[in-house]
Amino acid sequence: MDPARLERKSAYEWHIRPYGKMRVPGVIFASEDLLRGMDDKVYEQVANVAMLPGIVGASYAMPDAHWGYGFSIGGVAAFDADLGGVVSAGGVGFDISCGVRTLHTGLKVADIDRVKHRLADELYRAIPAGMGSTGSIRLDGAEMDRMLEGGARWAVEQGFGEKADLERIEESGAMQDADPSQVSAQAKKRQKDEMGTLGSGNHYLEIQQVIEVHAPGIAAAFGLEQGDVLVSIHCGSRGLGHQIGTEFLKRMVIAAQDHGIALPDRELACAPINSKLGQEYLGAMRSAINCALANRQMLTHLARKVFSKMLPEARLPLLYDVSHNTCKLEEHLVDGEMNRLYVHRKGATRAFWPYHPDLPRAFKESGQPVLIGGSMGTASYILAGARQGAAFGSACHGAGRAMSRHRALDRWNGRQVVEDLEEKGILIRSPSMRGVAEEAPGAYKDVTSVVDAAEGAGLARKVARVAPLICIKG
Amino acid sequence: MRGLGATPDQAFEQAGIALTAVITDPARVSPREMVALSCAAPNLELLLADWLNGLIFEMATRHMLFGKFDVSIRENRLEGKAWGEPLDAARHRPAVEIKGATYTELKVAQREDGSWLAQCVVDV
Repeated sequence: MDPARLERKSAYEWHIRPYGKMRVPGVIFASEDLLRGMDDKVYEQVANVAMLPGIVGASYAMPDAHWGYGFSIGGVAAFDADLGGVVSAGGVGFDISCGVRTLHTGLKVADIDRVKHRLADELYRAIPAGMGSTGSIRLDGAEMDRMLEGGARWAVEQGFGEKADLERIEESGAMQDADPSQVSAQAKKRQKDEMGTLGSGNHYLEIQQVIEVHAPGIAAAFGLEQGDVLVSIHCGSRGLGHQIGTEFLKRMVIAAQDHGIALPDRELACAPINSKLGQEYLGAMRSAINCALANRQMLTHLARKVFSKMLPEARLPLLYDVSHNTCKLEEHLVDGEMNRLYVHRKGATRAFWPYHPDLPRAFKESGQPVLIGGSMGTASYILAGARQGAAFGSACHGAGRAMSRHRALDRWNGRQVVEDLEEKGILIRSPSMRGVAEEAPGAYKDVTSVVDAAEGAGLARKVARVAPLICIKG
Repeated sequence: MRGLGATPDQAFEQAGIALTAVITDPARVSPREMVALSCAAPNLELLLADWLNGLIFEMATRHMLFGKFDVSIRENRLEGKAWGEPLDAARHRPAVEIKGATYTELKVAQREDGSWLAQCVVDV
């Protein structure tokens, strides 16, 4: 993207002045280098989102933004129902409530060195990963509905984890106002044997070590020290969320004309929040959020079982669990007035600032933990929400792809990637070497420049950098 | 992914093969079992997304891969058949699972040479 097309507001903030049917400006948070590396499609998509009815403030893109479906990946937009605002199935995407959770282990790197290879093998055996893998439980109609209403709370009641986990999950582990009756039989069928599975693509379970602490005070509040071993899980609502996204995308595209909405891009399919279709989608989408929370809770349980067998001294309490593909009703200050807004985050993480009322007590002073997944060969980051109101309390979610899967496959050989990483001390276990090639570290942008831009823009503060030791790749 | 053919039917069949190619080499999939599916949509482009999403649903719920397709389109209604076999992770080595066919770059159109193109981006 040519920076000359935008107005530079600061080192890390660029504005697109409203043109055509844009109702609000576009704002891209990025360094000049990151901006230059962004596809022109990001500009177009930020502008398209700004044309949707009832949008408030601005249409935002985070520093990891890249060409997505309708919204750019890294897109944030908030809508006011009373102003004819919309909810967009395209704006949430197919992998509803995909997110990251990070667990402490109480261990240091030296503690796992002697069992590292065996730990990698045991985790690979225990975590269902890749296409066609199935979980250990099958949910029937009534139990499926209870899961869709209860999320991680349901999972804990079933014995997958501990009550203390719930206060370290957004929405305390259960998204309110989920309506399982709006989830189709097909979506439930697709989920039937996928509970407690990782999926594929960029999803992973990683054992990581803290290699750098940037903000010691906040790190202490998060319980993080140099050399700590952590477990991070990246996955979402599996087939159920994908099917809900697919079905509502079509229904919203077809209904757009009846709702008087001129879509700038079909993938931005949406419906007024105060419409039957909008409410049906919200009920289904919130059920999918619960499905994702339950799924990550079940994977947590599987990881804990492996650790308790191999390293009985380890305890794996949850640091935090964030979702990065959602639409949530939140209160935000706009032009001096508190408004209830439907905030879409598509490949963007909620990043609530210190003293935000929705934060767990443990994070009141530090701000919310913001978990940023990098690539399997480089690093991930733990940030903290920093500035009140910045992009409705949002930050980046990952490194962002630098090239397509196709190009990555041309350039790297999966087996070679695994061998190269093993030489660096990173063990990869995956059912697909082609999948590994497509996810090669070089296929991603430099995660450090992304989080530096997020910090520079005041969206979040760097707390710790973590590097992978073991990666179970779906 | 992109399917090309002399007719929309053929382009949709080729799009089915392209869908499988995202996951594995379609030549590795033996056409042993047939699954029939039908869909309807207001136009050819939404019909393409429906056809691919139907295949994605059948792959996910039956744990199958498909390597051969037959499509018949009449007035925005599609009757399709897909032949394949149960997924064998060791033999097929699936690279990714497909989440859905999106409306991004979604296009069904006749090209200058008279052939038909059926394409869209799939989310993995």
